Amino acid sequence: MQAFDYVRAASVEDAVARLAASGGQAYVLSGGTDLIVQLREGRRSARVVVDVKGLPEFGDLSYDPDMGLLIGAATPCWRIAADAAIASAFPGLVEAISLIGGVQIQGRASIGGNLCNASPAADSIPALIVHAAVCEIAGPSGRRSLPVEEFCIAPGRTALQPGELLVRVFVPPPAQHSGAAYLRFIPRNEMDIAVVGAGAAVTLDSHGERFVAARIALGAVAPTPLYVAEAGAALAGQPVSPDTIAEAARLAREAARPIDDLRGTAAQRRHLSGVLVRRALERAVERARAR
Amino acid sequence: MTTDTLPADTETVETAAPARPHYRVIGTRPVRPDGVEKVVGRALYGADIYLPGTLYGKVVRSPHAHARIRAIDVSRAAALPGVKAIATAADLPLVEDKILVTGEGSVNQRYQSMNTLARDKVLYHGHAVAAVAAVSPHIAEEAVALIEVDYEVLPAVIDVRDAMAAGAPVLHDDLRTAEEGRKLDGPTNVAEHLRYQRGDLARGFAEADVIVEREFVTATVHQGYIEPHATTVLANADGQITIWCSTQGAFAVREQTADILQTPISRIRVIPTEIGGGFGGKLTVYLEPIAALLSRKSGYRPVKMAMSRAEVFAATGPTSASVIRVKLGATRDGRITAAQAELIYAAGAFPGSPVGAGAGVIFNCYRIPNLQIDGYDVLTNQPRAGAYRAPGGTNAAFASETVIDEVCERIGMDPIEFRLRNGVREGDYRATGPVYARIGLRETLEAARRHPHYTAPLGGPNRGRGVASGYWGNWDGTSSASATVNPDGAVSLSEGSPDIGGSRASMAMILAETLGIDVTDVHPRIVDTDSVGYNDVTGGSRTTHGTGWAVYDLGKKLIAAMSQRAAHLWEVEPEAITFADGVFSCGDHALSFKELAGRLGEAGGPVMVSTTMETTGAGPGFATHLVDVEVDPETGKVTILRYTAVQDAGTAIHPSYVEGQMQGGVAQGIGWALNEEYVYDQAGRLVNASYLDYRIPTALDLPMIDTVIVEAPNPGHPLGVRGVGETPIVPPAAAVANAIYHATGIRMTTLPMSPPRLLEAILAKES
Repeated sequence: MQAFDYVRAASVEDAVARLAASGGQAYVLSGGTDLIVQLREGRRSARVVVDVKGLPEFGDLSYDPDMGLLIGAATPCWRIAADAAIASAFPGLVEAISLIGGVQIQGRASIGGNLCNASPAADSIPALIVHAAVCEIAGPSGRRSLPVEEFCIAPGRTALQPGELLVRVFVPPPAQHSGAAYLRFIPRNEMDIAVVGAGAAVTLDSHGERFVAARIALGAVAPTPLYVAEAGAALAGQPVSPDTIAEAARLAREAARPIDDLRGTAAQRRHLSGVLVRRALERAVERARAR
Repeated sequence: MTTDTLPADTETVETAAPARPHYRVIGTRPVRPDGVEKVVGRALYGADIYLPGTLYGKVVRSPHAHARIRAIDVSRAAALPGVKAIATAADLPLVEDKILVTGEGSVNQRYQSMNTLARDKVLYHGHAVAAVAAVSPHIAEEAVALIEVDYEVLPAVIDVRDAMAAGAPVLHDDLRTAEEGRKLDGPTNVAEHLRYQRGDLARGFAEADVIVEREFVTATVHQGYIEPHATTVLANADGQITIWCSTQGAFAVREQTADILQTPISRIRVIPTEIGGGFGGKLTVYLEPIAALLSRKSGYRPVKMAMSRAEVFAATGPTSASVIRVKLGATRDGRITAAQAELIYAAGAFPGSPVGAGAGVIFNCYRIPNLQIDGYDVLTNQPRAGAYRAPGGTNAAFASETVIDEVCERIGMDPIEFRLRNGVREGDYRATGPVYARIGLRETLEAARRHPHYTAPLGGPNRGRGVASGYWGNWDGTSSASATVNPDGAVSLSEGSPDIGGSRASMAMILAETLGIDVTDVHPRIVDTDSVGYNDVTGGSRTTHGTGWAVYDLGKKLIAAMSQRAAHLWEVEPEAITFADGVFSCGDHALSFKELAGRLGEAGGPVMVSTTMETTGAGPGFATHLVDVEVDPETGKVTILRYTAVQDAGTAIHPSYVEGQMQGGVAQGIGWALNEEYVYDQAGRLVNASYLDYRIPTALDLPMIDTVIVEAPNPGHPLGVRGVGETPIVPPAAAVANAIYHATGIRMTTLPMSPPRLLEAILAKES
């Protein structure tokens, strides 16, 4: 591993200033579960690493049934998963973030890091997309918001501009009669990266028989996590039935633009996109009806 | 390395006569002598040696699968502050052809030298080209990046079928095919063609009512030991070299290093550390000769080298990918009439795939009157194939045991019944020649058929049950040991077989049994090459047989020596002393071993004995496995629901470690069956050199693996021992494939049977 400078940011403004001054050779450190490994293996090189874990906003975690969920970019996954109220309100999100690593990794890894690493196969991002989460970004010219589905722009690349960093993620409160789920396919039962991930969130009518709205997102089938708006839109107003769910799954499968790589084949990924979206929708409906 | 687990649902089946002697210690389950220091983290492994003034060595590796080295420029690296030595093949002496038998095959030392540091050509992605020693690992890493190698990239070949084709890139211009004792003409990648023949093949197939013929393809797989290769080497100005390393054979490291450096063997001392898994992968040297060169060139400073996981995958022995064709004929009443097999194994960059061993495994479970087996050892641009637990056996059995399952289905016969009708027993010929002494295949089949697993309901859709048997020949080899008697009655045992599966416990038990003392009064230690007589490697499932026999012999010698002391004490002739149940006696005199040990000072002095034996009589091991799987038809993912392994251990010295070997072999076999494979890009570069993407099973991927130990004592061993380490990896891939067939109706002929492959087959069948 090459030597680099380590800086503990004193404030958000301090972090922004250091990033802006680095000429693109600085990385933000929160849990470090991706960054340190990448630096050690020579897959990224940094002149300076700016640690934001200690900044108050970055460790935020609050949930209010009316206001929604606020997650600091460095809040470790275990804190989110361990919060009973959050787990109950966002079971689809919690099942996605619980997949990120084992116990030790859960103690460090954050959804902010998962977003900024911008892996097409990131588990938390499809779940955040179906919950219509919004990123809060700080930069030289102040704060701005960005829908989470617009945050990743290419493998390993985000919409963050020079000097910007992700501060928090906001997730709106779940609607009545809604439910969500995230499923991924891996060849083993642990220690793998998603071959395909699928998130689904649905809102049903008060009888639980008709879709009011739905959002669907896929992971590992495109250069970025993929929001499949048309698949969700196709369900709005439709009855909950195997046929409507199959149609949404078909649209998701059509939207997938997978490649062959060492983790799976394009044909396998396309097929799994349909299977997992169907299964995720079925689970989301079940949860919506139980609520 | 054995992962010990909670006791499985274990049943020990005592077979028919001859009755097993009554043992006091053998067959019990004492705590292992090395257990505490491993649990508390004090045990020293290969990378745990720290000497004053240590330098850190790193290797420059080829980024190409096949290339000529035009030039190596080390000037920038040499100028980096902190760099103390740089080595390339120019520092290695030329080595003549010399075949060294490792117990899991053999290696030519000339090729070992070429593998240590590439001389004119790099032959695989990851091939070592140069090495650096520096005052810190980080500086060494930086220096590695500064060494400039000018390559002329050559076309590479990874698949054995491509490597055999006309016009294929040739790895070694001087290689000629060895066939029936002669060398064929012309450059080639086929190092050897071997053949076994018996009877009249055409007549045998003519007598068959059913013939099944299939072709199988299996991927390159790695042993997957958790501890990467690591060593510390100190060369001295007087020519002495001391090597600390994690190895399966300290004497093998000594001989290979001596040959590669062309140094007198007696000037090298190898101190084996604890070993975090080997499975055959730590029988040959990679880092030790390089570290010795760097130590010499740095002014005789100690040099420590440890591979990264990526280096382990890219540059240490995986086992062969293969293409295997099997044709088997049987009558309607379930009698095999003829069998033919062709095995093509990838050797990697140098000759020496385990195709010969695979040819042994493929039909050795059965009486076959007419047969022919052809084997081809084929070079590819991959790391040189190393031994891996029953080398060549898992893929061979995958082919033959799934074809047998298909024959059983075609004639409507229970697969265990079919195997009982054709299974070998004492007096039968092996397919590869010799006659069997007493063996336990049939006992494993009968125990499997009686086991509740065999008739339990599957309990759901998309589920299937598979059966497969397996053979491994086992090895005996040479072992030495010595022992001293302490005044407190405890015996210190020095042996030279690195302990990868709990063998220290077994050795202590054998000595305790022989001497009539408690197992806790034997203190076994694995010592260095200057401190014990020659020992072959821990490999070929030989340790409990060979070293166990040496330790048994040592016990007999200790009794004789102690009898002399008792005679001295009681002023009688040694012949007058009797020894029984741990007590020396003569007339009214009687002293236990411990009591006599306390009085050696007045009985003629201390006692130390040693022994060295070329043992014989390794008993072949047989196993029969049962497995239930569930296949997700929408994803192609296979879940192992239940697994039962039945195996003949001859005599199980420490049943927990026999079970551990069986469970470990099954775990690795399941990995090989379902997900493990080397993935290459178009240019022949390995792209999945990590445990993230080279998928060995995790604890969540395996059920409890139940074990049944069968004991058909080996007549070739004084305690009836058979090796047990390798046989259990032979059946799993076939058993899982057969179970997948019974769950889905699909015969998988490619390993691994990974989700994309199985899904593709399921979708093809549906459409």
